[in-house]
Amino acid sequence: MSRARLILIISLVVFFFGSVFGDSFKSSVFAYNYDILMTIGVNIILAVSLNLVNGYTGQFSLGHAGFMAVGAYASATWSNNLDPILVNALGGPANLIAVNLAFFISMLVGGVLAAVTGLLVGIPSFRLKGDYLAIVTLGFGEIIRTAILNTDFLGASRGLSVAGAYTNIFWTFGLTAICVYVVLSLVHSTYGRGFLTVRDDEVAAEAMGINTTKYKVIAFVVASFFAGIAGALYAHFKQFVTPEGFNFFRSVDIVVMVILGGMGSTVGVVLAAVSLTILPEILRALSHADLLPPAYNGLLENRLILYSLLLIVLMLTRPQGLLGELNTRRQRLNRRHGGL
Amino acid sequence: MEQLTLFLQQLLNGLSLGSIYALIALGYTMIYGVLRFINFAHGDVYMLGAFAGYFLAPIVGHFISFAEYDAFTPQNILPILTSIGLVMIGSMLICAVIGVVIEKLVYRPLRGRPRLNVLITAIGVSLFLQNMMQYLFGASPRAFPQLIPVQPIEGLGDLTVLTTQAAIILSTIVLMLILRFIVTKTKLGLAMRALSLNPTACSVVGVNNDVVISFTFALGSALAAAAGILVSLDSPSITPMMGNLPGIKAFVAAVLGGIGNIPGAVLGGIIIGVLETMVVGYLRPELRDAIAFAMLIVILLFKPNGILGKVEREKV
Amino acid sequence: MMESLLKLDKCTIRFGGLTAVSNFDLDVGNRDLVGLIGPNGAGKTTIFNIITGVYEPTEGTLSLNGECLNGLRPYAITAKGIARTFQNIRLFPSLTVFDNVRVAFNLHLQHGPIHALTRGRKFIEEEHAIEERTIELLRIFNLDSQCDMMCKNLPYGDQRRLEIVRALATKPKLLLLDEPAAGMNPTEKANLMKLIEFIQEKFDISVLLVEHDMRVVMGICKQIYVLDHGVTIAMGLPEEIRKHPKVIEAYLGEEPVHNG
Repeated sequence: MSRARLILIISLVVFFFGSVFGDSFKSSVFAYNYDILMTIGVNIILAVSLNLVNGYTGQFSLGHAGFMAVGAYASATWSNNLDPILVNALGGPANLIAVNLAFFISMLVGGVLAAVTGLLVGIPSFRLKGDYLAIVTLGFGEIIRTAILNTDFLGASRGLSVAGAYTNIFWTFGLTAICVYVVLSLVHSTYGRGFLTVRDDEVAAEAMGINTTKYKVIAFVVASFFAGIAGALYAHFKQFVTPEGFNFFRSVDIVVMVILGGMGSTVGVVLAAVSLTILPEILRALSHADLLPPAYNGLLENRLILYSLLLIVLMLTRPQGLLGELNTRRQRLNRRHGGL
Repeated sequence: MEQLTLFLQQLLNGLSLGSIYALIALGYTMIYGVLRFINFAHGDVYMLGAFAGYFLAPIVGHFISFAEYDAFTPQNILPILTSIGLVMIGSMLICAVIGVVIEKLVYRPLRGRPRLNVLITAIGVSLFLQNMMQYLFGASPRAFPQLIPVQPIEGLGDLTVLTTQAAIILSTIVLMLILRFIVTKTKLGLAMRALSLNPTACSVVGVNNDVVISFTFALGSALAAAAGILVSLDSPSITPMMGNLPGIKAFVAAVLGGIGNIPGAVLGGIIIGVLETMVVGYLRPELRDAIAFAMLIVILLFKPNGILGKVEREKV
Repeated sequence: MMESLLKLDKCTIRFGGLTAVSNFDLDVGNRDLVGLIGPNGAGKTTIFNIITGVYEPTEGTLSLNGECLNGLRPYAITAKGIARTFQNIRLFPSLTVFDNVRVAFNLHLQHGPIHALTRGRKFIEEEHAIEERTIELLRIFNLDSQCDMMCKNLPYGDQRRLEIVRALATKPKLLLLDEPAAGMNPTEKANLMKLIEFIQEKFDISVLLVEHDMRVVMGICKQIYVLDHGVTIAMGLPEEIRKHPKVIEAYLGEEPVHNG
């Protein structure tokens, strides 16, 4: 069996048991940290999936939060309305298998719908060049958000309550592992090298028989699927979603993680996602620790000011991100066996 | 006849709104023309212009007490116009400087780097400006002082034309004539046009590309600032985030007209302004923002070069 | 009489008001070696771009083995069996030497992205096979020791060779070489000539060559087309072209045509 598959299966087992023991922390003294842990998982999925499009394939998508919204609302609506029936049919709410199976289905619904949305957005968009693509994806993200905002049965601006608190360590980190596995194993194969050629030189890629549009769309659809899954996880964890939570700033959040991590380095992006999720907490702690005169505390707490400065400084000094260039060494090691 | 009056009224409102979009769109298009770069932060210069006016107005008011006037009379026309003129010019100057500084500090070092990097940087600048302003001045809307008396203009029958709307449209026309003069009759304007066609040839014939680019940024920012002041005549509530939506709508306008094409930006701005007003007036008000996004997608899918734009081929 | 492999029939291409190529006919046979020469700006690379689908001809047809290729996207044309190199080397900078060649095997991949995920036997076997064929190809061209180098770190001559290897990995019937001798010294050029003839033999393909260096063109081409201002001014065997008055006139002031 391929080494990568083995690692994946082991991770899933580990997370399963971690879940069994760890989920009790959900409502205890460690609840706050549990919260952060779940958010880290969700952010990793979002960042790693976006990295497939922005990093490996070199396309610039600014609307990732839109697909997260589709997944969140779709799975929430599904589980709110169908789960009572489904769960009862499968064995009742006390039956863990029934509940989790229902959740699994609901997440799939979110992911698949997000993927379909990705397909619809991607196919016409990829005829456009870099700058334009960024604007169009931004536009689509906003359209999705506006559509939800104006749809009453989705809660509009009031938001949507989600009945089931199904998200746990197993689902969150299991799916994180699956997402990382999917992206890495896709890219580290002969087929997957094609994504990089689209990034490097589309004209040369086409000349070598690579259907660049197809690659772009596939990357986009896979990324959208996982964004949808992340949305579903998020919805069933926070148990409440609003359109504002999926706005342009959320997309920028994820883009910053991808850039910081080094576009095209999954490991870097994972690290960046973790760091940037924890960072606001650290900053908040710092501001309470009175290290700076009180007047400046607001600056620390304003994540966006720091993010924007971070973006600017990064682009000026180290555009390849933290781990952008270092990844090439791994490339050579991964040559054999189609990679992993 | 009432239907016609309503339609004309909407058209007029659209023209007024469209003028604002046109002014902002001009900045996008000029900067794209010389640098092939979408200045994501341009909408925020519009916001800065409004805020500059907000702070300048009381200062000007110290010397010319325009706030006292409730209505236009032959005696107070001059002081009113002078005061608004001073506020506008002051704001335009401030924003021109800001635009030049941003270009020098942040965009210039990135020239030659992949376009995506600069785009991301521009997003960073935009976010920084908005959030910094929000941190400094709070998120609550501020009331822009009334620079000119708001009253309907007599003698137009059933049509209601407010002085503010007339001011917006007239100022825009004046600004565009000035811009046209600059672009067609001055050396810098000529250099701008040449730069947008062929940067290499420009430097070969002795054009200082950097100066021209700075000048372009100054011009574009000044126009955006003017838009910020003008829009505050009509809707006097200003916030640090006010540049977001108009910014993107003006960008759509620039693309609609053909990005890089100056008359195109004006055309696009007016079309978007009129469309938006019509949608609000005849369809549903909730769709007002969505129409711009929808327009964007429609153009990019069917005619990405815009109405007046030209196809650019990549040399292989 | 050679069978026709690639045929361009009265191809014309206009960009706005400019006619870059006008009424161009081309006939490349099986196992043929055809040269396309002409002064700078004559339209040679434009013709390459037409053949490879980067531009669609405004008029005229392009066909391979009788099958019309007009309007096909570049990747589809490569799938039909036409591969190319570029005037300014266009390797994939973020990929290693190995990967640059390996990625070109995508065209004939039996498995798809799903198999990359499931990593079953079919996937692993095919990846192994591709790996072996890639190394084999690189070995033939003496690049196998540089497998893991980043291609941008290769010396210029090796980069040019790598580009050819990459093109060959797509299993073409026709190989288009765009100024392969550019920037080479006489020894390298002589080696290149031998290399091209070797490629033709070993891989049983036709070669269409755009080149400025007359020695190279005269030395290996079986047929030569001469282009000036988008129009064919002469066509035929090297000896004929050498003496052709129009050719000499077009090149007056440029590189002299060598005798012998």
